[in-house]
Amino acid sequence: MVAKTKNSAALTVTTPTDREIVITRAFDAPRRLVFEAYTNPEHLPHWMLGPQGWTMPVCEIDLRPGGAWHFGWRHSNGQQMEMRGVYREVTPPERLVSTESWGGDWPETVNTLTLAEENGQTTITCRILYPSKEARDAALKTGMKEGMALSFNRLAERLGAMAQRQS
Amino acid sequence: MPDRLSSTFSALADPTRRAILARLTSGEASVTELAAPFEMSMPAISRHLKVLERAGLIARGREAQWRPCRLKASPLKDVASWVAHYRRFWEDNFERLDRYLIELKKKEKKYGRKNQK
Repeated sequence: MVAKTKNSAALTVTTPTDREIVITRAFDAPRRLVFEAYTNPEHLPHWMLGPQGWTMPVCEIDLRPGGAWHFGWRHSNGQQMEMRGVYREVTPPERLVSTESWGGDWPETVNTLTLAEENGQTTITCRILYPSKEARDAALKTGMKEGMALSFNRLAERLGAMAQRQS
Repeated sequence: MPDRLSSTFSALADPTRRAILARLTSGEASVTELAAPFEMSMPAISRHLKVLERAGLIARGREAQWRPCRLKASPLKDVASWVAHYRRFWEDNFERLDRYLIELKKKEKKYGRKNQK
């Protein structure tokens, strides 16, 4: 019921509370390497590109508590996007806590990334916490309406996966 | 006026209720059918259905005996779009990261681990 390909089967997105999104994914690599790929500006622009058509010309990282980060993307159609935040906790290779904002009306979230390694495989869990219900609602209004076309099958899959995981 | 989205989320916070909704995505069902997969009393299932009904996630038929339940999609759409936003952003990223990690592992094999003591 969950998914067809190995990769998409591994990604789960759940809403355990009304202010949180939790994303999990397994990778076939030690967590030292996954942490490195996540936090080194030499590596990030190779993969953190979102949907097709985007490049990541800006990737600034000051990897220490209180240090700032700034990512900028550009689409082939000229559109630009950026995201900024401040690191709160930096514990390689197991935990990274940072704030994140897309700017404008988008609220600042607190993101906690944890990496767990088992038999050479790393499972990452990214918990995105919105500061309030109002902030969550603002985020829904600002940028997510385009996502409304989510198919019903997808929804069924997700609910099924959520039910399996929690039961 | 209660916050609709919050009642959707609290209705979705329970695994039994999510399983009931997942079942209803494939068509309407009676309470007995919905209760079948669970080791739970009928009154317990009925309580879950009441929560889902109050959150506007399901509707129940009028037929006195059967009262089939069916899914109502609109409150789910907000939650689904929230989730979809993240899924869209991360799905492609992680597939690229998969491939990139393979490259990184190869490089390490070839040149040895950098900065290791």
